[in-house]
Amino acid sequence: MDTFLGRYRNLIVLAAILFAQIIGLALQVRRPTDAGETRLIRLWAVSAVTPIESAVIHSQEWVGNLWTTYIYLHGVRRENRELRAEIGQMKIEEARLSEDARMARRIQSLLAFKEQYIDSTIAAQVIGTSGSEQSRVLYIDKGSNDGITTDMAVITPSGIVGKIAQVFPDSAQVLPINDQFSGVGAALKDSRLQGILKGAPNGATTLQYIMSDEKVVPGEEVVTSGGDRIFPKGLPVGKVVSSEPGKDLFLNIRVIPSARLDQLEEVLVVTKITEKMPDAKDLGPLRASDILAERLPTVPNKTEVDAAGNAKPGGAASSGTTPAGTGSATAAGTAAHPATPGTGTNKPGVGGTTILNKPAGAAAAPHASAPGATPEMNGTVKPKATTPANGRPAGTAVKPSSNNAAPAANMQPRESGAQDNGEASTPAKKQVKPAPESTPKAPSEQPPTPPTGAPPQP
Amino acid sequence: MSTRVMPFRGSLTSREQVSVYEFSWPTIILIPLVAVLIQIFIPVKVRFLPIVDLPFMVTIFFATARRNPITGCLTGCVIGLMQDLFAGPSHPLGMYGIALTIIGYLASSLGVKIDVDNPGSRFLITFGFFGLHQGVYYGVAHGLLRQGLQWSWSHTAISALANAVIGIFVYKFLDRFKQR
Repeated sequence: MDTFLGRYRNLIVLAAILFAQIIGLALQVRRPTDAGETRLIRLWAVSAVTPIESAVIHSQEWVGNLWTTYIYLHGVRRENRELRAEIGQMKIEEARLSEDARMARRIQSLLAFKEQYIDSTIAAQVIGTSGSEQSRVLYIDKGSNDGITTDMAVITPSGIVGKIAQVFPDSAQVLPINDQFSGVGAALKDSRLQGILKGAPNGATTLQYIMSDEKVVPGEEVVTSGGDRIFPKGLPVGKVVSSEPGKDLFLNIRVIPSARLDQLEEVLVVTKITEKMPDAKDLGPLRASDILAERLPTVPNKTEVDAAGNAKPGGAASSGTTPAGTGSATAAGTAAHPATPGTGTNKPGVGGTTILNKPAGAAAAPHASAPGATPEMNGTVKPKATTPANGRPAGTAVKPSSNNAAPAANMQPRESGAQDNGEASTPAKKQVKPAPESTPKAPSEQPPTPPTGAPPQP
Repeated sequence: MSTRVMPFRGSLTSREQVSVYEFSWPTIILIPLVAVLIQIFIPVKVRFLPIVDLPFMVTIFFATARRNPITGCLTGCVIGLMQDLFAGPSHPLGMYGIALTIIGYLASSLGVKIDVDNPGSRFLITFGFFGLHQGVYYGVAHGLLRQGLQWSWSHTAISALANAVIGIFVYKFLDRFKQR
């Protein structure tokens, strides 16, 4: 026996060590653990190492900043000029997009959409990786002491990064979207096809579970679908690189992430997401040009007056006669004409509908009560009213209130404003003729169905 | 602390007697620790580094220098477990531990048989053992844990080649810590 042990001592030791590790492995795998539970040995190891490496990384950052901020300033003036020019262009673009966004929010409020908003984020520095190819986890220098918890979304301005997998007091572990154990609810931006974005051992990301009979074009953007309850809906994920039929019924769609996952230095941890209804009242103050357009007396364009000389109320929702008081003036319109008699009851829903019709080129009803409203307008509206006080029927409530409905002329600048979003002052100034009588509009002049999904007015 | 000369036990590559090196305790502790730390934190700045496996190289270095299978086992086990600690929540402790334990044992056993101090043999040892290391890791992940890892021959070969080349320089550097 002694001879056997002595002869095979090395092998026995090897087998014993391997056996112990395999037993340990099996215990770990079979142990039911909560998602948030962290093994103490990992906690100790990470806690011991994090301060050192944080110091190293921050020192390096400091030296790098010293160089880039104070010493290496070559080309900064030229770059500054270029950036200023770019800012100017982006401001113009932003003005246009903000109008679109406001309009979209109004429409969403009408459709009772719930939106997820990122309320607060924490900036964090990437201080480490897993160090192995099989795992792509990252370590950041913010932990539970900073309010980080598991399953928080980690993003960059260019796209999502991953989620918090484990939290330590002063650091946290991030599971990036290209890790093989990661999964993110994602959707194709244009076609709205939804799937699950999964990582692979080689670091590639694929969008899975999209049927192979769907058409997916390379270059199409992928955004978060919100289905995983971690990432808010609509955050950029990446772009489709290739799409080919897979082995099963699903497409094999390769996606290149928007965020440079291999060059991350700073990330944002989303610490709070709120769900709320978009509120059209929170859209900011009305612009001066809008108010001006509403106050100026205007007349309709010739195209807005039918053969009988009856004014089309802004080309919008002609049939929508509402009884007096259920009228159509928007909140904005009301604000613009607070002293106008007979403006009618401006219900928020009604106002919303009015605004809703703006993109369709419909006249905005806020002008219904503008100065210059003629008494002849009363009773000239179509009797085919939609449900009174409903406020939701598409294209209906935009009709001016019957008692002192605004001339169609007044709606005209608003229509222009609707197209141009607040640029209505110019047409308003041009239209100075008295308003003609308002009569029911020809069906052909019906505006397109507003994007609320409500059926068009007959 | 000193260089012991083992009696000739049938070296396959040289008729010379095989030297057994020893290391100071700080070296034994600090070199694996630094290797693991570099492996973990340097990839933040140098993205290709995960392809280079420093803890693996350190394991081979200690195992071949000391030429004792038991200490080779233990060295590989400790370094592997340290590497496991940082490898993510879905990575159970012991995967690298098992792989490096086997590598440590085999490298030290091989070190008894052949001359492992010249760059050529070091290149071949590192190249071959890296493939074995990846194979053991894959076997543990796939066989024991049912993890869906993908095996790529080309990637493994490129990684092995890179490690073998870099390993020559790493071993040359680590030779300074050998005590004669």
